[in-house]
Formats: sequence, C-alpha cells, structure tokens
Amino acid sequence: MMLRGRTWKYGRNIDTDVIIPGRYANIAEASELAKHCLEDLDPDFVKNMRPGDIIVAETNFGCGSSREIAPLSIKAAGVSCVIAKSFARIFYRNAINIGLPIFECPEAVDGIETGDTLEIDPTAGKIFNVTKNLSFETEPLPEFIQEIVAEGGLMRFVAALSQKSKPLRE
Amino acid sequence: MTIAEKILAAHAGREEVRAGELIMAVIDLVMANELSAILAIQEFEKIKPKRVFDPEKIALVPDHFTPNKDMKTAEITKAVRRFAQEYGITHYFEVGRGGIEHVLLPEEGLVAPGDLIIGGDSHTCTYGALGAFATGVGSTDVAAAFAIGQVWLRVPQSIKLVYYGQPGKWVSGKDIILYTIGDLGVDGAIYQVLEFTGEGVTHLSIADRFTMANMAIEAGAKTGIFEADEKTVEYVKGTIEDHESRMRNFKSDPDAEYVRTLEYDLSEIEPQVAVPSLPENVKPVREVGEVDIDQVVIGFCTNGRIEDLRIAAEVFKGKRVHPKVRALIFPGTQKVALQAIHEGLAETFIESGCAFSTPSCGPCIGGHLGVLGERERCVSTSNRNFVGRMGPLSSEIYLASPAVAAASAVAGKIAHPEEVV
Repeated sequence: MMLRGRTWKYGRNIDTDVIIPGRYANIAEASELAKHCLEDLDPDFVKNMRPGDIIVAETNFGCGSSREIAPLSIKAAGVSCVIAKSFARIFYRNAINIGLPIFECPEAVDGIETGDTLEIDPTAGKIFNVTKNLSFETEPLPEFIQEIVAEGGLMRFVAALSQKSKPLRE
Repeated sequence: MTIAEKILAAHAGREEVRAGELIMAVIDLVMANELSAILAIQEFEKIKPKRVFDPEKIALVPDHFTPNKDMKTAEITKAVRRFAQEYGITHYFEVGRGGIEHVLLPEEGLVAPGDLIIGGDSHTCTYGALGAFATGVGSTDVAAAFAIGQVWLRVPQSIKLVYYGQPGKWVSGKDIILYTIGDLGVDGAIYQVLEFTGEGVTHLSIADRFTMANMAIEAGAKTGIFEADEKTVEYVKGTIEDHESRMRNFKSDPDAEYVRTLEYDLSEIEPQVAVPSLPENVKPVREVGEVDIDQVVIGFCTNGRIEDLRIAAEVFKGKRVHPKVRALIFPGTQKVALQAIHEGLAETFIESGCAFSTPSCGPCIGGHLGVLGERERCVSTSNRNFVGRMGPLSSEIYLASPAVAAASAVAGKIAHPEEVV
C-alpha cells in the first residue's frame, strides 16, 4: 500500500511528553488521545492536519517515556507515518508493535520542508518528495520485524504463535 | 562478549549473540504500572488467552497516578486489580503495601543479577544496578510477555564507561550520571547499553548505582548495567531467600567489543544540575547562577531510597524550608517510609516544614500531588526536565541530587549543600 500525505516538520529530541502530555496518561480511548496529539509541541496540529499527513523530525524522535499512547495518539489522529533521522528505541518498538509505519532516513528529512507532499512505498522503502521531485531510499525493516508487521502487529503475531503452541524461535 | 550480550545469549538459549542480531528471549520478569498495565490488559484480552505464561513472573505496581488522583484513574486501578485477581498474579502491590515500581521490585527480591526483565516503564533500566539486563518497553510488548513470557530484542552495542577516583562529600550517583549524560547527550547512547565500570564504581553504594542505571534511558540507552560485586551480593542476600541459586554473575570478557570507551575521574565531578529542558543541559551547581525556586520534590524512582532520604535529612536538620518554597518528600516504598520514621528522618522533614508524602510518581509526570503553576520553578530529584513535564509549558524543572535539592529548599534558590550546612 502506498502512503501519501503532506508533511509537518519538527526538530530534534521531540519527547513523548510533548507528543502526548502526562496529564492525559490515564486516557485509553484512541479517539480521545487523537484530540491531544502533539498538543504541547504544536497546539494547532490536530486542527490543521488532514488524514494521511506525515510527521517528519530530526534525531531522537519519541525520546522519554515508554507510554504507548504516544504512537497511539499519532496513529489515531490519522497520521500515515513518521519519518525521522533517528527514533528513541522504545518509541520505535511501540510504533512497530501497534502498526504505525516509521522510517529512519536522514537524507529524506534534510530534503523535506513542512507542506511538501510525499509518496511512500513502505515495502520497497522508497520515499518520493512530490513537491520537490526528489527520491530517497530507506533501509528495509529487518525480516523478523516485517513478519510482525505482516501479521498486523505484535499481538496477532503472538496469537498466531500460541495457536501453533510451539516456542517462537529456538 | 559484553555482559549484556552474555545475559541475552543465556535467555535466548544460545552460546553466543552479537550486537545487531534480532532475538527472541525468555524473560525472568515482566513489570507494569497501572498506566502501562491497562493498555496491556486490553491487548492481552483481545487474543483471549486462558492464562498468563507464569503468574509468579508478572509484577503489577499501581504507582503513577496513585493514590487514585481522579475517577478515571480509579477505574484504571480497579481494572488492574481485577486482572491480578482473575489471573492469580502473585506480585500485585496494592497502595499501602508497595511503592514506586523501581524502588520496590529490587527491595522485594524480584531482581537478581543475570536476570532479563522488561517493564512497561522507561525507567525499568534501573535494575541494571544489580547486574540484570532490564529494559523499558510499551504496553503491547508487556501484553505479549504476559501471554508467552518472551520478548523480541535487537542485541545492542555497548558503551564502556570507566570511572576512577573517589567522589567528594556531596557528590552522589545522581551527580555522576547527570555529568555523564551531559557528556553523552540525550541521544548519545541511542539503541546502546551503558556499561558502568572501573575502580570508581566500587566506591558507590547500591543506591547510587540504582540512580545511575535509572537514568541510562536519558542518554537514549536501552539499559545501563553494572557487573555484580561484593556489594551486590550483600544486597541480594538481604532481599532473595534462595539467592545462591538465583544469582548469575555474568562478566564482560576482556576482549568484549565496545562501540566506544569513555573515562571519568569521580574526584573532579562537582554536584551537578540539569537546567531546563533536557537532562543533557548539565552544569556544576555553582555555575547555575541566581535561580529562585517555588518548589522542591525529593524522592521517586531516581532518588527515593533510604540513603537518599538520609542525605536530604542531613541537610534539613535544624533548618527550615525557605518561606517562599514548598518542599515535598516522596519515599520510594512503604518500607523506605517506615525506615525514615524509625530513623527520625520523617521527623526532621516535618519539623523543617516539608510535606512527607506516601510513595507516588505523581508530580514527576505532572499527574498529581505537587503539579506546578504557570512560570513556577521546581528543583526535582526525578529524572526528566522536559517542557511541561510537571505542569504548564511555562513551568521549569531543574534536576539535582537530594543534597542539592534539600539545600535549595532551605536557600529558596538553587544552592550547593555547603552554602547551607
């Protein structure tokens, strides 16, 4: 499936507290979380973004808390994917586990400005900046992580395994 | 292999693993607080399992927004309590019988050297102080571990931190880790392990090591780890009955590969402060300048151990909190609180004009029990000073040790302990 959307570009070290502040940490409903996505970073983000839009950031996106409501709020807001120069590791695994596509691609980040339209082929790892007519390639996800993504997230992967009732890997 | 690689190999049923490999590993413990547990329980129940993988290897600790801060939280903790009862979870820690997860679990003997532990909280890396490989994960990972007792991990590279020399009188584990993060930067160890080594660490108490391992995540690290030594064995003897069979003392090989090695002289480190709004914005306390404050909070998973409270009480003894400042003490667990009462520390705090709270993460995540107002400034012994972490976007957090925090509470501004003691 191709992803297409406009971009919203932010800086370095975007932490989970500004993605979804701790004061909302006792909210579990996706629709509620969506309303507060990036609230302390860009208060107008939710108002201005359209479904399919893409968040772009410099290094260490999602640093800080392990709160899974951070990628959940982004996904629930309708963001199609996040592209960053690097991700904080817990955010990275949470995004994979809940099925929010993320791409680590420093060159693409340098070649994107807020408002550019992108087309992304996740399986081929290709990012195309339609506005600027620039193409970028990302590292494909490791095979094992692709298996999780192909199952539709970690829990479906686990459910599939427990039906086979054998250990995951020796 | 490094100690991290050895622990992961042992839990993946392998002779050897190498940095960069993806493995499935069997865990010794999975931990969650009420906020990470609630989403994990929802995910777990979606796949309708009949049982959890092992009810004795799951720990549930309501501590973030507890005692319940509002009705929404009351429903969350109720659901976690119901889950614990329904699945027979042995290590469920009710308010009043527990405390803050990362102070509590080691104290309860649930952490042994050589263990592999995951937790639905980024500061799970704290347990590395005892030579365990412990790392924070999200709720879906926790849910999967509830079901199958395993986790997927990419074997991380390690950074070797070599400490030597003796720290000075007012220099604690907090100052050492703040100094180290100031050097590494908040993404300096991303996807990597901080291995704390050197003759200098032998001088550090287990409490100091917990504080240091706790903040490994603030450099982006997957975990921080110390090799178990005599102090570790002594600690574990006091917490785990069958400690001899539980302990696995892995050590890094002399030819282990590190992505880099950094050296620090502890005798040259001054008490440190991380100024707003990143833990890497570190300065010696004497270089911070004139900074008036409104609140001081001491405790939490970073500095809520009895050793931390002793140092704070030493500074507060015979003095009063500055009239313009509110000071709040958060012991890490009920046991720490009781010990603080036995030793007369609680009396010192209260006589000085501090609030002596029940254990909770409350203000550290802007939840309750001490949230800041617009443009208020707080000196905190917690681990994060991000924008808006403890209140509105205009509020500010300065991270420091219990000694510096207590001295600042007395002075009404950021202060070196020598200025008030």
